[in-house]
Amino acid sequence: MTLHGRDVISIRDLSRDEIETLVADARRMIPYAEGKKVTHPLEDKIVAMAFFEPSTRTRLSFESAVHRLGGHCITIADPGSSSVRKGESLNDTIRMLNAYADAIVLRHPNEGSARLAGRASDKPVINAGDGAGQHPTQTLLDLATMEEAFGTLSGLRVVLLGDLKYGRTVHSLAYALALFGSELVLSSPPTLRLPDEVRDQLEHMGVKLVEEDQLHRAIRDADVLYVTRIQRERFPDESEYQKVAGSYRIDNAVLVGAKPRLIVLHPLPRAGEIAPEVDSTPHAAYFRQAFLAVPVRMALLNAILGSPKRRKAE
Amino acid sequence: MRELKITPIKNGTVIDHITNGLALEVLRIVGVQTLDKDSTVSVALHVRSGKLGWKDIVKVENMELSPRKVNAIALIAPTATISIIRDYKVREKRPVDLPERIVGVLRCPNLNCITNQSEPIESEFEVTQRRPVVLTCVFCERRVEDFLRHLA
Repeated sequence: MTLHGRDVISIRDLSRDEIETLVADARRMIPYAEGKKVTHPLEDKIVAMAFFEPSTRTRLSFESAVHRLGGHCITIADPGSSSVRKGESLNDTIRMLNAYADAIVLRHPNEGSARLAGRASDKPVINAGDGAGQHPTQTLLDLATMEEAFGTLSGLRVVLLGDLKYGRTVHSLAYALALFGSELVLSSPPTLRLPDEVRDQLEHMGVKLVEEDQLHRAIRDADVLYVTRIQRERFPDESEYQKVAGSYRIDNAVLVGAKPRLIVLHPLPRAGEIAPEVDSTPHAAYFRQAFLAVPVRMALLNAILGSPKRRKAE
Repeated sequence: MRELKITPIKNGTVIDHITNGLALEVLRIVGVQTLDKDSTVSVALHVRSGKLGWKDIVKVENMELSPRKVNAIALIAPTATISIIRDYKVREKRPVDLPERIVGVLRCPNLNCITNQSEPIESEFEVTQRRPVVLTCVFCERRVEDFLRHLA
């Protein structure tokens, strides 16, 4: 494991081995994330949370992860009240944070911002979402949820449902699943299909891609149903959004033909894509997925920043 | 029989074997408006070529191209050759060559890319495929195949 001191900007920055190690470390972090055990590998570390876009759950789970590891946070949670409002460039803000903290967690509305931050800072930068670009820790927690449910990440049949065009989580996840030899079933409204360039890359990696618009057929042999939210803010115009809003919904009737072990994942918050009645079925894994955000981010922070002596959670 | 359609230059650069129809784009890259006022610029369009069928040629007096401009020409006209002329003689002749990274030559087509905001950085693309050439933005990972539209 050589993640110590490194940036994690895109899921592509991680090898298959590194992903597997992080997922395994996340599993070991669970009792610490629950507060049942105590560990302090970040005891003398300060992590800057630079959130230039609203994101409650990502920021809070990162902050929780830092605290659970014994570290400290400094936070920009409202860019409207910070120097950004005075016209400071992201580059300059990052250089300032570089002087104040041992690592920087960045959420920003522009794609590529995290890569810029990685260059502007000699401290490690973790991308917590850059516009419609990358969100590698979301992918890690998606994978951790699958691994926990099936005991492996290899050879799963995964349905990606919904906004496959603008959904940033889907592209990163598809790439990561490709590393593990998954079969991907794509199910989306016609205007929200996976972009050709992403499809080309996946096929180049040897992934078996199946397109299936009929939901009941798509999930018939699936292990995982990954549902995305249609994000209004990512659409270039409102009329395109209105055409697809509410075009799919998972309820118990849809899941009738599914395998008993099928798990349903969703990056949350949901906006009507999954009926509340699904919550009480064994298929619902999205709240577990949300919980795993903390141990997964703990595992990553520990690997990047943890004191080498204390890095291993006992 | 060959006929000389452009007069020789004493000092400067000849960009030959330009893909037919792209001479004016090459001129835009060369930036003729920045040349000194005594320099002559000659352009030959639709010239018969043994290798290409048809080609364009640009000759610019009293100027040598920066590596950045050569990279831009390599992107839009990969068959081009560049000859440096000194005292009417060809001192150096080489095909344009695409490096691994292209810096400051193109705008990222993704308007939301951080390189299109007011940040103190230049655009940067990695050559991710050579035939045909495909570039990928190092920052936002957007692919670019249509270079003409995105020249900076």
